[in-house]
Amino acid sequence: MSEIEVRRQARTAPITYLLLTAAAVVTVVPFVWLVCAAFKTNADFFGSTFLPAGDGWLGIGWSRLTLDNFRRLLEDGLMGRALLNSVFLASTTSVLATLVCAMGGYSLAKLSFRGREMVTVLVLSALIVPPALLLAPGYQLLFRLGLLDTFTGLILPAVAPAFGVYLFRQSALGGVPTQLLEAARIDGAGELRIFFTVALPLLRPMAGAFALITFLGTWNNFVSPQVVLQTPGKFPLAVAVAQLKGVYYQDYGLQMAGTLLSVAPVLVLFLILQREFIAGLTSGAVKG
Amino acid sequence: MSALSGKLRSAPWMLLAPFLAVSAMFVAFPLVQSVSLSMRQSFGPAHTRFVGLTNYRDLLSDPLFWTAVRNTLLFTAGGVFIQLPLSLLLALLLNRPGLRARTAFRIIFFAPALVGVVFVAMIFGVIFEKRTGLVNQFLHATIGWDLDFPWLQTFVMPALILSALWQYVGFNMVYFLSALQNVRADLLEAVRLDGAGRWKAFRYVVFPEIRPVAGFVVLLSIIGSFQLFELPYVLLNSTAGPDNRGLTLVMYLYQMGFDAGDLGYASAVGWVLGLILVAFTVLQRRMSRGEVSS
Repeated sequence: MSEIEVRRQARTAPITYLLLTAAAVVTVVPFVWLVCAAFKTNADFFGSTFLPAGDGWLGIGWSRLTLDNFRRLLEDGLMGRALLNSVFLASTTSVLATLVCAMGGYSLAKLSFRGREMVTVLVLSALIVPPALLLAPGYQLLFRLGLLDTFTGLILPAVAPAFGVYLFRQSALGGVPTQLLEAARIDGAGELRIFFTVALPLLRPMAGAFALITFLGTWNNFVSPQVVLQTPGKFPLAVAVAQLKGVYYQDYGLQMAGTLLSVAPVLVLFLILQREFIAGLTSGAVKG
Repeated sequence: MSALSGKLRSAPWMLLAPFLAVSAMFVAFPLVQSVSLSMRQSFGPAHTRFVGLTNYRDLLSDPLFWTAVRNTLLFTAGGVFIQLPLSLLLALLLNRPGLRARTAFRIIFFAPALVGVVFVAMIFGVIFEKRTGLVNQFLHATIGWDLDFPWLQTFVMPALILSALWQYVGFNMVYFLSALQNVRADLLEAVRLDGAGRWKAFRYVVFPEIRPVAGFVVLLSIIGSFQLFELPYVLLNSTAGPDNRGLTLVMYLYQMGFDAGDLGYASAVGWVLGLILVAFTVLQRRMSRGEVSS
């Protein structure tokens, strides 16, 4: 690096940090605000922006903070139920979709058979079908199958995203050496066994990332459960929390407690597994 | 040997079977079904009546449909012309050599993408609230702004664009960042040593290199923007807002199909939406192909 270059960087560095820090503050503020709001009484929303003032440490009225919002949120049992529903729906969908897509993607990438090109083209064309287009006919189909207001009606249509098959295909093309498969075949292993014992372990990084984003997508999904489910006891958090806004529209503390309850588990998971999350969520661009 | 090749021939289909079965049932079938459904009027899911192309004619002459188109386009423009340049700027800043705390910044900028749209709407619903909201309190404290200013009744679209900006600016930044990391450092250095300024280096070395990814991100952003529904729906309490200023194409589809119960009409809206997106995709392909040949 030339001297000029070094000097130029030394000069521009502070403004870079300044801009990045400003952007980081703007990004973090809504999170901080959410956490503060969930522990405030509704009266304190008027007098304070973040935390209520008082004579405690840092000039904050710590004693004015309350768990009352969470107590009221959980007392009729519906929100606790919604939390369990979200966990169940997201984990079931995530595990099944990962398995279905890994099998399909591996088959398209590493096995040769007649019709392979045709299936690959079908997968690619399914990628561009906008979900909204399937909303009305999908609803009619679930009605005819008697699957409205059931978890099956939510999970089953979601376990075979073409996007996932495409991702696993790309990942298997580069990540599963053909020689390993040949060796296993010579040893007399069946194709299904080869998939589970040889290919799947090699696809693990992709499987981890995909399972995570599918979990996240299901956890955050609002439209499908809103359309398919009718019984409040079956609602996941996304639907149950959105309803707080209609029913308790001035009860900000309650709304924010419900939102925090829905967002916190995902953020904690993210901090632990951030590499997998970022790889998974942006995997559409890989070799695009 | 014949048993082995027999197994080899059926194995690919066995592995594909779950995907193909579910896709046939829940993608291909409803997709085909929606063509004929879009030519019917329905009263709930059970009763339908053939009406031909009436749905398409009705929706093209419905001023509400055009309001939805306009709002959706406005939101899309906000994403492409405000959000994406900011994403690129953040990526360029994060890509500066020798930057400290790069990982920490990246984690922070990316985090909002994990928050579901519904929860973003919940948070920003309160943030844009009149007396108690963060925006008014901040502006009141700094520039004496009116504490009772009704954001969600006045500036519906800016509020939506800002909420989405917070949610996705870091997400799109990651795409730009990975593209920037492929820009050849030696080439960049050579140009800079030749005395080219920051802008020229960006214009002639960096930008051509990241252009394919930029095209992809723009397309992704357009497609995503056209699906806009939950954000205004939750933010505006299950309404389209004052004068339908928060009405989007998918919300129009939802209102027609599930509030009014006409799944046929909703399917017609779905097809118009699908055709618009196909047009954008083809356009983007054309443009990126044109770049390669030129």
